[in-house]
Amino acid sequence: MLVICYFSPSRRIYEPEAGSSGLGIKEDRMGQIMTRFGDGSPVYLSESELTRDLVEGTEDAAERGDIPVLSKEELQHLFDIFSSPYRFVSVEPGNEIVLSYDGTPVKMMRTQVNVDRLQCLQIYEKLMGADTLEMGHVDYSFKPIKPIVTYEQPLLEQILSVTTAPVFYGAMPNLGLYSQPDGPFPNPSELLPEGKIDEALSSYEAAVEEAVKDIVYVCKAMYESGADAIILDTVGAAGDADFLAGLKATELLKEKYPEICVELGMAGEFVLGMHGSLTFDDHRLAGLYPHEQVKVAEKAGVKIFGPVCNTNTTESTPWNVSRAITFMKACCEAAEIPVHVNMGMGVGAITVNDHPPLDVASRASKAMVEICRLDGL
Amino acid sequence: MGVGDPLGMAITHAIASGMGGMRTAGDLVARMQMTRGMKIQEAKAYVADKLGVSVKDLTDPVLMNEAREDLKLGVLHPHAGSPKCMEAKFNIARLLDIDINCVRRFRENASL
Repeated sequence: MLVICYFSPSRRIYEPEAGSSGLGIKEDRMGQIMTRFGDGSPVYLSESELTRDLVEGTEDAAERGDIPVLSKEELQHLFDIFSSPYRFVSVEPGNEIVLSYDGTPVKMMRTQVNVDRLQCLQIYEKLMGADTLEMGHVDYSFKPIKPIVTYEQPLLEQILSVTTAPVFYGAMPNLGLYSQPDGPFPNPSELLPEGKIDEALSSYEAAVEEAVKDIVYVCKAMYESGADAIILDTVGAAGDADFLAGLKATELLKEKYPEICVELGMAGEFVLGMHGSLTFDDHRLAGLYPHEQVKVAEKAGVKIFGPVCNTNTTESTPWNVSRAITFMKACCEAAEIPVHVNMGMGVGAITVNDHPPLDVASRASKAMVEICRLDGL
Repeated sequence: MGVGDPLGMAITHAIASGMGGMRTAGDLVARMQMTRGMKIQEAKAYVADKLGVSVKDLTDPVLMNEAREDLKLGVLHPHAGSPKCMEAKFNIARLLDIDINCVRRFRENASL
């Protein structure tokens, strides 16, 4: 018999038990609320445990970001959402928001549904209720797209002629591709342990300049071919230098095309200080949280901001949702531009599993939209 | 949005929170965020005003299909001869009073 034991730091939920169900799950769950850990595995909470997780989640975010905790009413709303017995929940009519996507064709490729990117976007538009569409290359990084951009342009032009919804072109700065052995510059991760601090910093700075050139080159080409907008996705994945590359590229694109829409989606809730001293418009980038990131993004000319809060796999979804919403609410309140929160696998309280369960994904979606008063996801 | 299989992620968000795309008025509201930087309530109010409907109607697929058909904005199941794709985008640009990049380029390339 398959016996599964799941553990959280504070409680043991599933116990192997002779004569119980096939998974060794305890039968008596009267008054308990089914939800999931951040890795997607099921967990049953009592009402007091649910309340505790919601409170601890918001307190964790508030302490880290130096932002307000959620109010008593907001925590009650979260409690109501998670204690709902239904397998799927949704926002109340009138609270619907706009959806934007990242790496759309890649998601179809992963399923091995063999359609080209043009048909993929038609499927999203006509079959999946997509408000916007997004074309991207399978590598989804600007550097490898640069030499093949002339093959990307005609496909985008074809897509634009057979779709109605706005079409973004998206890719990542992916600064990791600029250091050896994948790129031209010495690898800071090798230089730093050797004590070569200045050399490591110089390498990051040189990588930023090259990345900006590649991003601007590709985006100009795709915008000239008619793209409705650009998505710089997973920005900051390689730390503050990666974030700086996204900001500088946006600034240059806005100079060239004042009307251009750049959506900038982040990689994590906290900008890692891999360099540590990089600034944009006199703001030090290392250590910025979403409500601070959005202000820098606005100065660069970003039109839609996509903040991120990472999911903790060993905490419950209520804990993760409460924590994520605390960060995102502060970001939305600070923002003067539309905010499309990242809610995909491993971010925005969505489980770290490639097949997000509908019960917690729908609850996270509803909770995030209603409490943060979002513009989009 | 983000990573995940299409049903678990894109479809879940579309049903739980999304406006409905061109099944309703989601693409139109998105365009106002993208071109004018409008927040969601302002964008919805702007589109509703231009379409001559209430904000609540924007996510009603029955009412919006009629509105889109009447205003030639493109629908999910277009009839023969009805405006679709690039043709519909010409009408969307005019109705919403916005510049659509590919429409402008189409006009230039076709010497219209």
